[in-house]
Amino acid sequence: MSRKAIVLYLHVHQPYRVRQYTIFDIGVDHQYFESSYDERTNNHRIMRKVAEKSYLPTNNRLLELLNRYPEFRLSLSITGTAIEQMEAWAPEALQSFKNLTDTGRVEIVAETYHHSLAFFYSRSEFEQQVKMHERKIQEVFGQTPKVFRNTELAYNNDLAYWADKAGYKGILAEGWDKVLGWRSPNFVYRPAYTDNIRLLMKNYRLSDDIAFRFGDRNWVGWPLTADKFVHWLNESGEATNFNLFMDYETFGEHQWDHTGIFEFLEHLPAEWLKHEGNTFMTVSEAVDAFEPRDQVDVPYTVSWADVERDLSAWLGNSMQTSAINALYGLEGLILGTGDLALIEDWRKLQTSDHFYYMCTKWFNDGDIHAYFSPYENPYDAFIAFMNAYNDLRFRLAEKGASV
Amino acid sequence: MLGWELPPHNSGGLGVACYQLCKALSKKGADIEFILPYTAAHPDITFMRVRPAHQQDVKEVIKAGTAYQSFKYVKHNGEVEYLDLHGQIRVYEEAVGKLVEWAEFDIIHAHDWLTCRAALRAKMMTGKPLVVHFHSIEADRAGREFGGNPMVRDIEALAAHIADRVVAVSQLTKDAIVREYGVPADKIEVVYNHSDPTDLLPGDGENVYRYLAYMKGLGYRTVVNVGRLTIQKGLPNLLHAFKEVLARAPRTFLLLVGDGEQKIELINLAADLGISHNVFFAGFQRGKRLRDAFAVGDLFVLPSISEPFGLVALEAIGYGTPVLISKQSGVSEVVRNCLKVDFWDVKRMADMITAVVQNDTLRDELHANSYREYLNRSWDHSADRLWDIYGRHVKHQHQGVAA
Repeated sequence: MSRKAIVLYLHVHQPYRVRQYTIFDIGVDHQYFESSYDERTNNHRIMRKVAEKSYLPTNNRLLELLNRYPEFRLSLSITGTAIEQMEAWAPEALQSFKNLTDTGRVEIVAETYHHSLAFFYSRSEFEQQVKMHERKIQEVFGQTPKVFRNTELAYNNDLAYWADKAGYKGILAEGWDKVLGWRSPNFVYRPAYTDNIRLLMKNYRLSDDIAFRFGDRNWVGWPLTADKFVHWLNESGEATNFNLFMDYETFGEHQWDHTGIFEFLEHLPAEWLKHEGNTFMTVSEAVDAFEPRDQVDVPYTVSWADVERDLSAWLGNSMQTSAINALYGLEGLILGTGDLALIEDWRKLQTSDHFYYMCTKWFNDGDIHAYFSPYENPYDAFIAFMNAYNDLRFRLAEKGASV
Repeated sequence: MLGWELPPHNSGGLGVACYQLCKALSKKGADIEFILPYTAAHPDITFMRVRPAHQQDVKEVIKAGTAYQSFKYVKHNGEVEYLDLHGQIRVYEEAVGKLVEWAEFDIIHAHDWLTCRAALRAKMMTGKPLVVHFHSIEADRAGREFGGNPMVRDIEALAAHIADRVVAVSQLTKDAIVREYGVPADKIEVVYNHSDPTDLLPGDGENVYRYLAYMKGLGYRTVVNVGRLTIQKGLPNLLHAFKEVLARAPRTFLLLVGDGEQKIELINLAADLGISHNVFFAGFQRGKRLRDAFAVGDLFVLPSISEPFGLVALEAIGYGTPVLISKQSGVSEVVRNCLKVDFWDVKRMADMITAVVQNDTLRDELHANSYREYLNRSWDHSADRLWDIYGRHVKHQHQGVAA
C-alpha cells in the first residue's frame, strides 16, 4: 500500500505597519509603528481582530483535530514580528499556538525574524535575522526548526545552496509550472547544486482552491466540501505528498467564517483518513519519508505571489526599488551604531509588507493588494515609508554618523 | 468685486491677491462688497463686506474644483444637484444677477474667468463699468502651448473684449492676452501683485521642518517649491534638474509643498530618477507649515512653464530665501536680484541650484539684495494703479466697488 500524505503548512505573519508618518514627524518622534487605535495602520487593533477572527477559532479546531486524530499533523511558520505582537496584545493567541506545538505533532518552519527580503540585499543581515528567528522559536516553542522557508516563498538555486550549507534538511518553494515543467508538485525533489537538502513544492492549484477560491460562488468548484476535495486528491494519480501551503489567515480572515471554511477544516482529516494509506506529515517527516524523484533547477527567483510568481509585487516599480535600496544602503551605518532600538526599527522597516503596500499592479492581482493595504493608495505608503527612512538618517546624524 | 475665493478658503495665490488688493484699496477709501460663491466666516476681514452670492457651503465649491481643479457633485438649496465647475459658475452668475437688481455700486471688478460670466451679466443688466482682472489665463494653466479648454478661452476672450478695462498681473500676462485673444494692448493695464512684510506670519523659534533644519547644521541644503502640483508649474523639469544637483551636491533636499493632479506622476518620476530619498512631498499646507517651508529653504525655485505672476517667489524672499525663477514667470519682471532660467533649460537650472547650495555667500548675497527690492514695493502701489483706473471710469467722488 503506497503511502500518501497531506503536508499542511500555514504561514503566520503580521508586520509592524507604519503610520501616516509625515515630514513634520521626522526628528520629532520616532514612533513610526504606533498610531491611534482607530487608524487603519494601528497594529494593536489589527492583531486583536486577527486573533479573534482567525488565530483563536482556528487553533481551537486544530487542537481538537490533533486530539481526535493521532495521524493529524501540520507545520507552521510564525514570524518574529507576529510573535512579538501576540506577546504584547494577544497572549492568549500565542498560548493557543503553544498548545498546538505541545502535542509534538506541529512543526515550526525556519524563516527570517522580520519577514524580510534580506536574502536578496544583504547575506549577513539575512543570516542574522534567521538566527534571531531560530532563537525566538526555541525560546517560545522549545523547537529548533529544520526546514526553511524564505519570505513570500521567494526561492532560487542560491537560496537552496545556502540552506543546504546551513544544515536544513528541507526547503519550501512554489510549485510553479515554469519550474516544474511536466513534473508534479506531489513528490519530494532535490534542489540543483545541493547535496543533502530536499525541496517541497507547493501544489498551488489545490492550495489556492482553499486559500483563494473557497468562498467564490462563481468558481465551478464551489461549494468546496471536504469529501469533494479528498476525492480530487485520491483521483490525482501517482503522488506521495500533497503540499498544501497557505497563509494561516486563510482561516477566518481571508475566508470568513460564513464561507464554511472552518467546517471544511474540521471534516478534512476524517475524509482523508478514510482511505487506507492516507496520512498527514509535517514538512520534516515528508522530507524523511520520501526519496526525491528528480532534481529541480531554479536559476531565477520564484515566489508564491500573483500570476507572475516573482517579486514584482514587492519590487516591481521604482518606488519599491528606491525605498528598499535606500533602506539597505543604511546597513553599515545602522549596525555601526550598536544602538539596539535603532537597529530594530531599521529591521522592522525591512518587512516585505511595506513594499507590498507600494505595489501599483492594480488590475487582476491588484485587488488583493488593495485588500491587504492599510493605506489609501501606494503613494501614501511610499511617502510614509520614506519619511520613516529619513528619520533613521536623522537618528544616525544625531549619533554622529556621516549620513 | 467678484471673486471665487478668499483666505482661509483659498486654493492658492488668487485668493491671497484678491484679499491684499482689497485691503490696500480700502485704505484709499474704496467701499468694497466682495461676492463669493460660498458662505463662510471671514473674521479677519473688516475692511470690506464679504457676501455669498448664494447659500452654499464652501466645501461644495472646493469639491466642485477650487479654482482650477476638476469637478464633483454639489448639494444646493437643500436639493441635490450635480454640478461641475461650469455648473457652479452658472449658479454663481444667476445669483449675482439677482444681487445687482438692488445693490448700489459704481463699478464692477471681476477676478479671473470663473467670475467672468457673472461680471458680464452684471454689466449687461446695470450698464456699470467693468474691470476684468486676469491673474492667469487659460493658456497659462494649460502649460501654454496646449492652449487649454476652448470654452474657457471663449469666456475669457469675450470678457476681455467687453470689459471697459482689462488688468493683467504682469507684462507677460498682458502679452498673452493680446496674443491669445487679440485684445488691443492699450486697453490692458499691468498691475503687479506684491507681498508685504506685514502679510507674513512672524517667526516663532523652531522651524516645523525640524529634520531639514537639523540637517542644515550638517551641511545639508534645501531647495523649496510651493505650489499646485500641476502641469503649469513645470515641476518635472525641477525633478530632472534636481537629479543633476544630487549628483554634484548629494547633501541637498528638495521640498515640494502643495497638492494637485500631477502628484502621482511626480512621485513616480522622483522614484524613476532615483532621487526619492531626498525629495519630500509635504502636501498642501497653510500657516506655520507654509511659512516654515519658505523659511527652511536655501533656495526657492519657481520653474513654471507659464506663470502670470508667481506671488510665492516674493513670499519666499520675504521669509528670507533667495529665488530662482523661470523667465516665463511674471514675477521676474519685478525682481532683479534673483536667478533666472528658461523653464525648459534643465541643465542650466541644475547648474544654478548647485551653485547656490554649494555657496552660502552667493545665497546670502542674492537674498540680501532681493530683500531690499522686496521692501521697496507694496500692495499700496498696486492699489494706486487700480484707484486710478476706477477714477477714469467713475465720475463722482465716492467709489463703491461691487457687483
